[in-house]
Amino acid sequence: MALTLTPNISDPDGFYDTLLAAHEGLSKAQSDALNARLILVLANHIGDRAILEAALKLAARDGASAS
Amino acid sequence: MVATRYETAFKLYPYETVEAAQSGAVTRHKVVIIGGGPVGLALALDLGLRGTPVLVLDDHDGAGLGSRAICFSKRTLDIATRLGAGQAMVDKGVVWNVGRVFHGAGQIFEFNLLPETGHRNPAFINLQQPYFEKYFVDAIRTAQQNGAPIEIRGRNQVTAVTQGTGPATLQVETPDGPYRLEADWVVACDGARSPTRDMLGLSFDGRVFEDNFLIADVRMKADFPTERWFWFEPPFEGAGQSALLHKQPDDVWRIDFQLGWDIDRQKELDPDRIRARVDAMLSSQTGTVPDYTLEWTSIYTFQCRRMQSFRHGNVFFAGDSAHQVSPFGARGANSGVQDAENLAWKLDLVIRGLAPEALLDSYSEERVWGADENILNSTRATDFLTPKTEISQIFRNAVLDLAAHAPFARPLVNSGRLSVPCVYDGLSLNGPDGFDGPALSRPGAACPDAPVGAGFLLDHLTGGFVVLALNTDVPDIAEVDGIPVTCLQLDPHKDDPSGALANRYLGGAAKAHYLIRPDQHIAARFAHARPDGIRAALRRAICRKG
Repeated sequence: MALTLTPNISDPDGFYDTLLAAHEGLSKAQSDALNARLILVLANHIGDRAILEAALKLAARDGASAS
Repeated sequence: MVATRYETAFKLYPYETVEAAQSGAVTRHKVVIIGGGPVGLALALDLGLRGTPVLVLDDHDGAGLGSRAICFSKRTLDIATRLGAGQAMVDKGVVWNVGRVFHGAGQIFEFNLLPETGHRNPAFINLQQPYFEKYFVDAIRTAQQNGAPIEIRGRNQVTAVTQGTGPATLQVETPDGPYRLEADWVVACDGARSPTRDMLGLSFDGRVFEDNFLIADVRMKADFPTERWFWFEPPFEGAGQSALLHKQPDDVWRIDFQLGWDIDRQKELDPDRIRARVDAMLSSQTGTVPDYTLEWTSIYTFQCRRMQSFRHGNVFFAGDSAHQVSPFGARGANSGVQDAENLAWKLDLVIRGLAPEALLDSYSEERVWGADENILNSTRATDFLTPKTEISQIFRNAVLDLAAHAPFARPLVNSGRLSVPCVYDGLSLNGPDGFDGPALSRPGAACPDAPVGAGFLLDHLTGGFVVLALNTDVPDIAEVDGIPVTCLQLDPHKDDPSGALANRYLGGAAKAHYLIRPDQHIAARFAHARPDGIRAALRRAICRKG
């Protein structure tokens, strides 16, 4: 299986809302911790190391182009 | 003069006048081992039992004071058992299975190692290093009585090593003055600060970790459970980043505090200050401080590094002199004893003229491989324990937070991955992997133990090449190029009704042949081997070409 790069989330606006809502009222440190926990939970759900590495690569590339 | 650098716990090899020091005669020795610690003693015993003369030189007269290495792994115990020192270690050692991991004030989880059955030795014992050395010396004394050519000279300090085209020349200092000797082969088992390495001007590169660890051994009669307790961010005053509590024999507990980099060593070693920390830790679960005495304290920093090669002509390096790791995972002394067993049979065969000298290069090839695995594991543990950046701290704590209620996060918690022997995957001595057998017994692996009759499989692998025939006939072969081969025929269902032997060596196969090296590592395996297949694999395992 390859990393899914086509839209895969139903109700994207609703999901984005939920993501931001989870951070509401949190300090920067609390938000960072929440993000880290979320990444670990999702990474475990995916499990497949090849997919995880492809995801890491993609995320790192976008970060590099922004800076 | 021979300076005393440390006190000894046991006087094991008291100084005796060396005749050569009086007469000035230069004696030539086959093998000289520098350093009578766990590695040097294991090597001396292994060589001596094989009949190869060996001289051990140590600048002290026994085991240094202090518990130091306290966790000895199954592989180390298997080696010690083959050499006749294992039972005493297991009898004295503390076997533990339950561990608890705390983050701050709360326990996040506990684990039970649930040891697999069907092995002679436990996965781990805790035992103070001086006992470990003493039991090796006891076994050496027994071997000497039976004629093993082993000599240990206490308070004989090597002050110069010179290599030329012939044997190495060693300058040795004793309380009665200096003498010189020659050695065909020298093995430096003289620790992380190896004077031999410095004398030969060889480098030792790697990473220094900016951290200080305070060890306190306390003796107490309190009814504490035999468990390993590990704290991340311990809640008690001045405990630092992490803390560890671990039981040893004689009612002694090892306590480790990770203090950080900028500390005043002298101040931190003040007994009152240590006691305040220990009081806080011991009372953290029960609210009361049990009676205890401080046995030994020390502060150490550590590094992860190794030499480029563990062989330099006729000088070898084994144990901490060749490679150094962080203490997490008990990979120091355990890997050093594996170095010793790897070198012993190779050196013995080369000295007897039964194997080419190239076999000795495979010592470095295989043990550098092992050292790199140990350095990788202990570096990862260190990075988890001491996050180096803000984001690594955030992820580390996210793992710990999740581990309290989400089992998936627990394997990510790393307070040290306990030492297991490396598999020499893809290295040059390995022969064919001739059938789809269990991964744990593939060529390059140390033989997994299994019940055989009233004893165990490893009892039958006593130090030579062995052909193991499972459910099949033994090939007609008794020696290869003068090296004896023993054949061991077993019927897994009859010899081990528990099924462990079949599981560990056959998997789904009905029958198999294994060629096992003198160090109990698997050289090759076959669905069915003919004598010429065994012969080719054995020749490969001793670096004989063609």
